[in-house]
Amino acid sequence: MTDTVIDRAARATPPSVARRVRGVSDRMLAWIFVAPTIFLLLSINIFPLIWTINLSFTNYKANRNRPVEYIGFENYHRILTDKDVWLTMQATAHFLFWTIFFQVLIGFALAWLINRKFKGNDLWTTLIVLPMMLSPAVVGNFWTFLYQPQIGLFNYVVSFFTGADPSSFSMIGQVNLAPWAIVIVDTWMWTPFIMLICLAGLRSIPDYIYEAAEVDRASKWRQFWTITIPMALPFLMLAVLFRGIENFKMFDLVVLLTGGGPGSTTELTSINLKREAFEKWRTGYASAYAIILFVTVFGLASIYVKALNKVKER
Amino acid sequence: MKSTLLWAATALTAAAHAQAEDLTLCWAAWDPANALVELSKDYEAQSGNTMHFEFVPWPNFADRMLNELNSGGKLCDLLIGDSQWIGGGAENGHYVKLNDFFDKEGISMDDFAPATVYAYSTWPKGTPNYYALPAMGDALGWFYRKDWFARPDIQEAFQAEYGRPLEEPKTQDELMEIAKFFQGREIDGQTRYGVSIFTERGSEGITMGATSALYPFGFKYTTEPGSYEMEGAVNSPDAVKGLEFYKALYECCTPPGYTDAYMEQTLDAFKSGQVAMAMNWFAFFPGLYADPNIGGEHIDFFVNPKEKVEASVLGGQGISVVAYSDKQDAALDYIKWFAQPDVQKKWWSLGGYSCHNAVLNDPSFPESTPFAADFLVAMNGVQDFWQEPAYAELLLAMQKRLHDYVVADQGTAQEALDQLIGDWTETFQDEGKM
Amino acid sequence: MSGYSVTEASPRQKTIAAVLVMTYTLITLMPLVWIIATGFKTPADAISYPPKVIFEPTLEGYVNLFTTRTRVTQEQLQAMGPPQTWYDAIVRQYDMVIAGPSRYGERFLNSVIIGFGSTFLSVFLGTLAAYAFSRFKVPLKDDLLFFILSTRMMPPIAVAIPIFLMYRTLGLSDTHLGMILLYTAVNLSLSVWLLKGFIDEIPREYEEAALIDGYTRFQAFVKVVLPQASTGIAATAVFCLIFAWNEYAFAVLLTSGTAQTAPPFIPTIIGVGGQDWPAVAAGATLFLLPVMVFTILLRKHLLRGITFGAVRK
Repeated sequence: MTDTVIDRAARATPPSVARRVRGVSDRMLAWIFVAPTIFLLLSINIFPLIWTINLSFTNYKANRNRPVEYIGFENYHRILTDKDVWLTMQATAHFLFWTIFFQVLIGFALAWLINRKFKGNDLWTTLIVLPMMLSPAVVGNFWTFLYQPQIGLFNYVVSFFTGADPSSFSMIGQVNLAPWAIVIVDTWMWTPFIMLICLAGLRSIPDYIYEAAEVDRASKWRQFWTITIPMALPFLMLAVLFRGIENFKMFDLVVLLTGGGPGSTTELTSINLKREAFEKWRTGYASAYAIILFVTVFGLASIYVKALNKVKER
Repeated sequence: MKSTLLWAATALTAAAHAQAEDLTLCWAAWDPANALVELSKDYEAQSGNTMHFEFVPWPNFADRMLNELNSGGKLCDLLIGDSQWIGGGAENGHYVKLNDFFDKEGISMDDFAPATVYAYSTWPKGTPNYYALPAMGDALGWFYRKDWFARPDIQEAFQAEYGRPLEEPKTQDELMEIAKFFQGREIDGQTRYGVSIFTERGSEGITMGATSALYPFGFKYTTEPGSYEMEGAVNSPDAVKGLEFYKALYECCTPPGYTDAYMEQTLDAFKSGQVAMAMNWFAFFPGLYADPNIGGEHIDFFVNPKEKVEASVLGGQGISVVAYSDKQDAALDYIKWFAQPDVQKKWWSLGGYSCHNAVLNDPSFPESTPFAADFLVAMNGVQDFWQEPAYAELLLAMQKRLHDYVVADQGTAQEALDQLIGDWTETFQDEGKM
Repeated sequence: MSGYSVTEASPRQKTIAAVLVMTYTLITLMPLVWIIATGFKTPADAISYPPKVIFEPTLEGYVNLFTTRTRVTQEQLQAMGPPQTWYDAIVRQYDMVIAGPSRYGERFLNSVIIGFGSTFLSVFLGTLAAYAFSRFKVPLKDDLLFFILSTRMMPPIAVAIPIFLMYRTLGLSDTHLGMILLYTAVNLSLSVWLLKGFIDEIPREYEEAALIDGYTRFQAFVKVVLPQASTGIAATAVFCLIFAWNEYAFAVLLTSGTAQTAPPFIPTIIGVGGQDWPAVAAGATLFLLPVMVFTILLRKHLLRGITFGAVRK
């Protein structure tokens, strides 16, 4: 009864034609659906980004009401020639390299072990994953307790196994230990991430490849290096990309663990940027700093993604 | 719904008042803040206004409150802000100027101790432009285990080692000797340490701690008061000696693991019986004296020892009305109430350090507590950090240089202070003051 | 050759693998167990040396977490008579009385409001956008999608600088709305990418059949696609919620009281003399538990969520 001629025609026409008939409304719908997202991203991402670029050429300070002057590339010049900024870059590089190194090593090993498909491996996988889902700020804060000399669990466990006096070292208080203290916590937290992705990689390798290798009498060792590693590599690289970006941005975990100390030994760029932007309130300077960081991540990530695509194509 | 209920409730208790307000007072979370809550109950009963409190722990206090002010937030109607904030608070329009209000209500700044008015209320410094009422006087002082000092065996051992009786140190050098003496000593079967001092990196800890050595050794911010000429003052040979002294004290005589210690941690070290002496703000002394384990007979207090000169580090705060508040009248009403001599007397009795002459000049004041006399001495020789609007930048630079040198053991004292001048010069140039 | 296929590990290999994985798991779970255990210790037990593994559990940490307390003198204590409740009794052991509730409840509630608010918005907007990207020809589609992802590459502190200024001008600083909008914007990239993946997997034939049945495109979306995508939407929602729940940098910079969430608050819980570790641990436990539960519920979709849909099982 409610059937109109159009409806009946629509039902009678093949799908592709139907889409064309309703094409105009589809386009409208597409725009209606996408518009709110674009609007929100424009107002909370793009507009602020443009504003940041603009501010980066000024001497603006957000806590003062003095006239704003355009000073050209002065801020960029100052940041790139500042020795202390380069020291924070070094601290970040140290943190990045070693966290990824350990996480790949342990994460891949774990994935490989779990892929032996022993009984109950699903349960253990779920339990292993728990640390990475938790709030880094809350976790970082609690680790300062675990790291306390004497009363801290970490020091106690270390002394239990090595016999060293638990009050003789302070993981977050000593210059030589603090950079490792943050690496340990980040590794503890994020190894499961690499593990999960590697596990997906390992499970994606079809059995018949191994079976063929077995027929060719390739040793297990050889199979591992010629089949397992190359096939899992794109996954591993993707995991490294994610961790790389995340740890380049690292703020919450480390700021609550060490606050950048002792001295400036664990002052990562994000912590340094926070000091400039929200403690010293050098807004213009900090904006330039932010742009430099963004360009760095974006540039490095783009190069990396190109490499990743090449590996995938092989 | 909630607000109408609240309104009804407050209207009942204060029928006489035309309008009852909810006021929020922001301050740091520490002993005196609890005393202020207690004190403010009188105000609530009298005015019908309801007081709410937002107390932020010290390590986050400056960060969060300055962020709040800079974002034009309305969280706080009243703010007991740190002394160094006054320049920024005044120049950036965060604080309401109080001169007209003082004139109208007959509140005279002459009724308050001059050092506190200068430090907590005025901007530009020393001019009669008031942006706060002195609320809480404070300085950095010391306390020690009187019971340990009094033991004959310890007395004897000290006499044998240093050729003088063990008593409150009168100079910084004596302080270090006593600290060395206690470092690693067994007392009642436990290993004790010399002293616990400020080493905190995140807010202002190590700067406050180190300046308590720097000032007595003769450190000055500028060669001439009012100028920005720092070369030869900040890095003078005396200043270098002072900083080297603080590092030596940190290295020889503090308990292990105190690499990031501020108020709470130094109190902790003392209360748990780890150290013989500790530095902290006078604000904590009433609580320490009342402590059932280490207070009373176990504890005594002394002023920051002199070296070349007598000097103490200034703490303390004034109470200001936040310019972004919608309830400025009620907030001013609170200050008016707080400024009364009787309220100030009760403030002191509850553990708050009143700056009112009616309290401080009372002949019974020095005897009122074991640390009251010390407090008067300390307040006579206080020095404060920069109070410039750019104070946060200046402070962060000093925190970094000091922590790099003292705790992270990088470079020399001379280098640290030279670099500090470089940082500060940059800031003042940005400010257009150099 | 044994009876096992070449890709199946031998029982011995399996046992070794199982033991190694279990050992690793138990070691890495120790800090979590320690957090939960510390929440039930007295402050003295929490900082005792050597660390106490066996202790008498108490709810002191939880009482301290939810209350503020003031010290009273012995005389005052006597005058008050016996404690009325079990939590009064706990507090009075230390010559203190409960002065009122702490801020933890409010902060937790803020986390809930902002978490759920932003999750709802980002999933709602994300579903619409993902559907459009999945089914329609949107000009510059790939660029738009990449752009949405690249917003995640900015360090949060860098994003916070202009947002701080913008919110100050708009009066959105320290408001729930401001935080909800911000978290929504940040989560949109995740939800669009994830949901596009889920919707891509729904065969187009279903909708086309519906279209032929006379449904409009919108009806087909609501009645056919949404039910099919419900699992994916739920999984996406949980991921958005977890992000908003755990977020620290924006919260600490852009809120100070009214809209402050739990993560910047928990590290500032202090007691008399130093951090009150049992209270911190209690607060952390209550805050972390929901996420632990969600993680277990989500385990099938975990991989997809953490890789923005780049890896699907």
